[in-house]
Amino acid sequence: MSTSGRAPDGDAPPVRALGLVKRYGELVAVDHVDLNVATGDIYGYLGPNGAGKTTSLRMLLGLIRPDEGDVELFGRDPLIAGAKALDGVAGFVEAPRFYPYMTGRRNLDLLAAFDGAGAAGRIDESLRAVDLDKRDGDKVGGYSHGMRQRLGIAAALLRAPRLLLLDEPATGLDPAGLRDMRSLIRRLAGEGITVMLSSHQLAEVEELCNRVAIIRTGRVAYEGELAELKRTAAAEYRVRTTDDHRAAAVCRAQPAIFEIRVTDDEIRVRAEEPAIAELSIALGEAGIGLKLLANEQATLEDLFFRLTEGDPVAAEAVA
Amino acid sequence: MRRPGTLTVYVWELRKLRAQKRTYLGLGIVTAVPLIFVISLGLRAGGPDGVAFGRYVHQSGLAIPLVILIFASAFLLPLATALVAGDIVAAEDHNGTLKTILTRSLDRGQIFAGKLLAALSYALLALVLMGTVATVAGSLESGFNGLVSLSGTHISAPKALELVYASFGIYLLPMLAIASIGVLLSTTTRNSAGAVVGTVMVVLMLNLLNIVPGLGSLHDYLLPNQFDAWMGFLRTPIDWSPIVRAAWVSAIYAVPCVFAAYLVFLRRDVTGG
Repeated sequence: MSTSGRAPDGDAPPVRALGLVKRYGELVAVDHVDLNVATGDIYGYLGPNGAGKTTSLRMLLGLIRPDEGDVELFGRDPLIAGAKALDGVAGFVEAPRFYPYMTGRRNLDLLAAFDGAGAAGRIDESLRAVDLDKRDGDKVGGYSHGMRQRLGIAAALLRAPRLLLLDEPATGLDPAGLRDMRSLIRRLAGEGITVMLSSHQLAEVEELCNRVAIIRTGRVAYEGELAELKRTAAAEYRVRTTDDHRAAAVCRAQPAIFEIRVTDDEIRVRAEEPAIAELSIALGEAGIGLKLLANEQATLEDLFFRLTEGDPVAAEAVA
Repeated sequence: MRRPGTLTVYVWELRKLRAQKRTYLGLGIVTAVPLIFVISLGLRAGGPDGVAFGRYVHQSGLAIPLVILIFASAFLLPLATALVAGDIVAAEDHNGTLKTILTRSLDRGQIFAGKLLAALSYALLALVLMGTVATVAGSLESGFNGLVSLSGTHISAPKALELVYASFGIYLLPMLAIASIGVLLSTTTRNSAGAVVGTVMVVLMLNLLNIVPGLGSLHDYLLPNQFDAWMGFLRTPIDWSPIVRAAWVSAIYAVPCVFAAYLVFLRRDVTGG
């Protein structure tokens, strides 16, 4: 049950979504999604195209109404508290959009007027923060994609946010733009702003985020600490022995090893560390010599594809 | 600190209109038509026959805005009104700027109210501009002279000018109803061109109902017929019945449209852009 339009609770988390559902006819775009973003998080929201990330973000910002579930931003529901629920919240979904027939500065003038609360006094600072202060007099219609992304960040900064919601902020940026965007997000987080960003850039998420949610076909496959995900996800081990044929049989006899692949010159097993220790003993007892036992720690990309592709039951096992 | 409100949205909607070429297209058309009409009068002796005040266009410039009001009701002013009213929500939805402004510190109702007021203001501006250009150009061409009322009495030039502007006032009511239809279509269709054309089509359809046999009892309640209500001012004494009817008939069209558009705007999913 939502706590609605009451005054913001100082201890309330920046984002709390519970059981969010959005249907478009037969299609369930978002299926009972729970999200919890804590103060100070840089929270990555990952998923393939069409997984429901943008629909979720639109529901968080009150742009679309969930069919089921509740959203609270700092303890307030956007559908009940209206614009007040967005106090301290800023960001954009999909590409940030502006009036192309007005200059960058004029667009910010408009948005600052719509923000009130001294936002107009932050225009220069925001433009400088995204390095657009020298192009603010140009019409937005002539801006590159990257400049519009940066103007989107500037527009968000006008609101002096405590929570930034950014949908694919790095999309379409060149390598220098990507570097600058990551550096800006890191700096903003360093200033105490909680950031929730959806992204396809797994390297970016791995570099920036401390917590992630991974969504597939509208459902959250994992939510939690990124480090925890990487730690608990069973690593893959490469095993080479003096007798791979018999070694494979020994592997299969180990109950804690849950995935075995035999290739031409080695065996690949997926298991947690204690099981690997037991395997090495079992191989020795069987008179099989170990030539190689190498740990290949799963990258975020490995985990992402394991969680978002293939059998959902197997994906849940990984999570 | 004080939060922004409807007035902020209204002021910025007007600024946005001022920055767009489309705004000037509509205003250019409503300015050009009376000028062309006056120039054509200067080139030939006759005037429009069979139209109220048509035979006085060479005697008094104040007859010219009244004649133009009659011609403009069929298409010109509904089109000018629809150009902005039909576009004002749909274009923002299509371009994705609706989501930009809906994630600031204003409630949806305030944004809707600001947009509605801007669309209505544009309709007012188009009418006043057209009427004023017609009055000034007409007076320069045919003189600032008195008029003969529809009852055959003479009206002095200052009094006639007053009545001409009063006529604009009552003429505005069905225009505001058309603007409301435009805003409703703009909110529901999410398609700017569709909403503009749709608004004009609604007016044309209502005009067609005027000539459908057997619908005579409906005529008093058709929106386009309210455009003639101003003639009540040009009778001696003033005939208030068409004026009062224009007010409530226009309201019958406008209020449900505005209310429906408001509800749709409040509850709609914003997925554009």
